[in-house]
Amino acid sequence: MPGKEHVRAVAASGNLSTGFRAESLRRAVSGGADFIGCDAGSTDAGPYYLGSGQARGPREGVKRNTERILREALAAGIPVIIGSAGYAGGRPHLHWLLEVVREVAKENSWHFKLAGIDSEVDKDALIGALASGEVTPLEPAPPLDEGVVRNAQRFVAMMGVEPFQRALQAGAQVIVAGRSSDIAIYAALPLLRGIPPGVALHAGKMLECGAASVAQRLYADCMAADLDEQGFTVEPPNPAMRCTPQSVAAHGLYENADPFRLVEPGGVLDTSMARYEAVSDRAVRVTGSCFIPSPAYTVRLEGASLVGYRSIAVAGIRDPLVIRQLDSYLSGLRTVLEHKIRDSVNLEPEQYTLTWRVYGRDGTLGKLEPETSLPCHEVGLIIDLVAPTQALAAEMIPLIAHAGLHHPIPEHNGLISNLAFPFSPPGINVGPVYRFCANHVWKLKDPCALFPMTLEDL
Amino acid sequence: MSELWQHTKLIRSKNAGPFELTFDIMFKDREGFDLVQRSGRLSPESISRLYGVPVGQVKFFVLKDLLAIKFSIPRAAFSGDVNDTDAYGGQFHGPLTTLKID
Repeated sequence: MPGKEHVRAVAASGNLSTGFRAESLRRAVSGGADFIGCDAGSTDAGPYYLGSGQARGPREGVKRNTERILREALAAGIPVIIGSAGYAGGRPHLHWLLEVVREVAKENSWHFKLAGIDSEVDKDALIGALASGEVTPLEPAPPLDEGVVRNAQRFVAMMGVEPFQRALQAGAQVIVAGRSSDIAIYAALPLLRGIPPGVALHAGKMLECGAASVAQRLYADCMAADLDEQGFTVEPPNPAMRCTPQSVAAHGLYENADPFRLVEPGGVLDTSMARYEAVSDRAVRVTGSCFIPSPAYTVRLEGASLVGYRSIAVAGIRDPLVIRQLDSYLSGLRTVLEHKIRDSVNLEPEQYTLTWRVYGRDGTLGKLEPETSLPCHEVGLIIDLVAPTQALAAEMIPLIAHAGLHHPIPEHNGLISNLAFPFSPPGINVGPVYRFCANHVWKLKDPCALFPMTLEDL
Repeated sequence: MSELWQHTKLIRSKNAGPFELTFDIMFKDREGFDLVQRSGRLSPESISRLYGVPVGQVKFFVLKDLLAIKFSIPRAAFSGDVNDTDAYGGQFHGPLTTLKID
């Protein structure tokens, strides 16, 4: 039996840019929701967004989805909680999404209190925390020291529920936050209302991917959960989708290294004793998860540093004689190129990274590829160059492509052309390349210490 | 002679953060699940060999109720790094699908 506390949480989508069906959100909220949450980010796409400060759009799509969420929430008089703004959750990403919200409010003449929660880390503070031992590595972690911090483009810390709760208590109706724990977006308000942490966090895990926990996800859409003191019930608002005990339990595996233990800033969500029962053919009741508080409050740190600038060329190889000796062909070509690059742009091999990505052989798995034979009749080659500047990379890639085109093999006597370039020019400038430079946690005395908030009345 | 995919309804790999890969294997039925378990072909040791990681770094979970096996390994190259081949980690399950079972 449900207890006296009851919260209905609605996830608009697994990602703000992916979207959802407007009618699904309306149906979910019309059932008497307490808030709408939405995750807007991830590290899934790699370090580019964090490093560059670019937000992941498309801006028009994000704006339309934000407008739909705000329209439902303002009509219902409930808060909106958006985390990991602009994908990476850095300061430029946060400001990008705050500007989208202001624009939507202005265009619709909507008025509300807007909170912005910053999660970008001050480098001096981070260096101090490294020195005092408050920042420690997870496994595996790249080495992090003062030099790495100074050279990095940007760091963010991943906030827990407390900064969201502070914004809610300050009367914010719309909260846009930088880098956030996905679960915290959904657990913050239920915890304030007295829902036990095991219930609130496990429900958060089920909601954070939107409709991903249904038996067959037809398209990106909303999810709703009813939380009480004993457990929660998930049910997709879209009648075309349904949750089953197996689909909900299986979603607990998704993107987690450990299926039973989810490490959050204040402790660990343990789902090993969770029970999943069908309430109807579309709704599942989840009970039995628990939260084990950690002795220390820690937040994850993410960082990205610039590695160089990439230019690539794409080529096909169809000559079976070249394919047969591809390794020696490519290693011979590399030797020729090391001289040529030294002569023409005065770079030593350790100043650039030249990678042959051979599709048809090991382009996808790299060194992990167990199939060592080359049975194919053609291969796709991506010549991948990362150089210190984009101008250098752009100059070097035609040089490399041309040398590869005419690099000889013993069976053909005379000038040959070994690479089929589909494009003219063969080279493409890809832009800056970044690297994740931190997989660390930061021990905090105050869970809000790294997450300053601004409030504005729109 | 059977291969792993013939017993499963889902085999997938995915990033678990930028530094780890996680693999989910969902079986069609208890028979297939038991057969693969009995074969000994899917174990921390076989994963260690297949993916070239020390066995101590393979986190391996058998989820009997879900008819699922899950394991996680550290990434050889971090997601999106210069030498990475798969930023989302979505294709590393390839060799697992044709793992010989019996």
